[in-house]
Amino acid sequence: MPLGQLFLELGAVILALSLVGRAAGRLGITPIPLYLMAGIGLGAFMHLGRAPEEFIHIGAEIGAVLLLFLLGLEYTGEELSDNLRANRQLGALDLALNFTPGVLAGALLGLPPMAWVLLGGVTYLTSSGVASKILSDLGRLGNRETPTVLAVCVLEDIVMAAYLPVVAALLIGGTLLAVGVNLAVALAAFGITFFLATRYGPQLSRVMNVDSDEALLLGVLGLVLLVAGAADLLKVSAAIGAFLVGIALSGEVAERARRRMEPLRDLFAAVFFLFFGLQLDLAAVPGVLLPATLLAVLTCLTKFVVGWVGAGRAGVQLRGRIRAGATLMPRGEFSILIAGLGAALTPVLGPLAAVYVLLTALIGPVLARFDEPLARWLGPWLERRSGRESPAG
Amino acid sequence: MLTLMVKLDETSLPGVGMRYDFDGRFGKRVGVITHRDGRRELFVSRRDDPDACAHSITLDEAEAEVVADLLGGSTVTRRVGRAMQDIEGLAMDWLPLEPGSPFADHALGDSQMRTRTGTSVVAVMRGGGAVPAPGPEFVLRSGDTVVVVGTPEGVRQAARLLSAGG
Repeated sequence: MPLGQLFLELGAVILALSLVGRAAGRLGITPIPLYLMAGIGLGAFMHLGRAPEEFIHIGAEIGAVLLLFLLGLEYTGEELSDNLRANRQLGALDLALNFTPGVLAGALLGLPPMAWVLLGGVTYLTSSGVASKILSDLGRLGNRETPTVLAVCVLEDIVMAAYLPVVAALLIGGTLLAVGVNLAVALAAFGITFFLATRYGPQLSRVMNVDSDEALLLGVLGLVLLVAGAADLLKVSAAIGAFLVGIALSGEVAERARRRMEPLRDLFAAVFFLFFGLQLDLAAVPGVLLPATLLAVLTCLTKFVVGWVGAGRAGVQLRGRIRAGATLMPRGEFSILIAGLGAALTPVLGPLAAVYVLLTALIGPVLARFDEPLARWLGPWLERRSGRESPAG
Repeated sequence: MLTLMVKLDETSLPGVGMRYDFDGRFGKRVGVITHRDGRRELFVSRRDDPDACAHSITLDEAEAEVVADLLGGSTVTRRVGRAMQDIEGLAMDWLPLEPGSPFADHALGDSQMRTRTGTSVVAVMRGGGAVPAPGPEFVLRSGDTVVVVGTPEGVRQAARLLSAGG
């Protein structure tokens, strides 16, 4: 393919993404579901050549790695272990309430069992990106329920860090023994790297923190890709390797790397969502509308319960508890990432996750904004119910 | 000039930074969020919904320093403020003796301040000067400022005692 044509096609695609992103900004929602739609639309109406498709494919893989790396940068190892200790019960409640509906839905829809596990992951993970955007856009960082919301997101990210290697091992399949061995290797590699990352994070951060911004960018990107590649060869999942590098880096270098790498992440993550959309079959969308809607409504309610209980335990009153519940509803990038792992299992999973994420990403932020009318309408009923079920709330 | 102990809550906001807040005397929660990138966010809670922020102001590092300087007045008062907070559970207050006080023109011993509130009068400020460690026979005048030290609750009782006789 001539270079000119390649650039024309890539340029058109990226420009289309930017228009979609602007529309999302107008609507005040996350652009992720719209990127997916753009991908579905492009796949249906336009045929890209081999070269741009290849670029988009590789770009998408880098996007997944960068998404997890930047997520890891958000948190220090200390924050993770503190939260794990302090909010275990809430995390367990969250896992029970929000993983189960996905698994059950997978069973009811007659998907293969491996897809149940993936769908559980899809419904479990709140989008920490969307949640923290709601919190900062609405000036709610100082609110009393905010630490609870953030704690739930942190715990979910820890669970995801253990979940992805397990899923990767299960997806390789084979005999029970082979799965067992893969699983053991994956978890051991994850455990060792997690230990090294929290133990030697400060040293690594010092070594990586060079004065030149370019050298920093290249050094960090190189390290992330190296570890991601090694993790992938060990079947741990490349993204988790990147996540652990993010955990290991802390302090000044983390701050600088975040500022430098966020634009890269935004570009490649958009490509990732586009790629995911491209693989979807437009014809499969109408069939999943009903189950996706039911699942979205159900799991928005179960997330609401998590926020309600967690904020209540922190001594927050009615309206704050409603805000916490609503802020936790949106699912996002990581649900898509998990659904992407099962593309080969069943053609239903991708479209189902796409519609599901779109719905929750619409419902959550809207409800989070209207905490006051919600408190007026639902308040008496909610307080009566929770009073009856558990006096401690 | 009030230096009553303020109970500061410190909360970690994973992925954001730290939050420091306290319940202000005037019924609102006031706090500062230090973002990891150096920005400071100053917020005050709503009256009808104390869990929520009514307003928040974001300051960059330089602006935050200016505001801190303005609030501190001078380095000296800031240093004094810090020293006071270092002593757990101890409060100090400068209580003006208004003309209507039942103890104006009475000996300090008449107020039985230590017995009734557990606080000590460490000094009385009068006419620009200070009388350190006044004895029970020391006569209070309206316009004096009585410096008391004790538990935060004791200091509050002392303020009530001086203005209304308890």
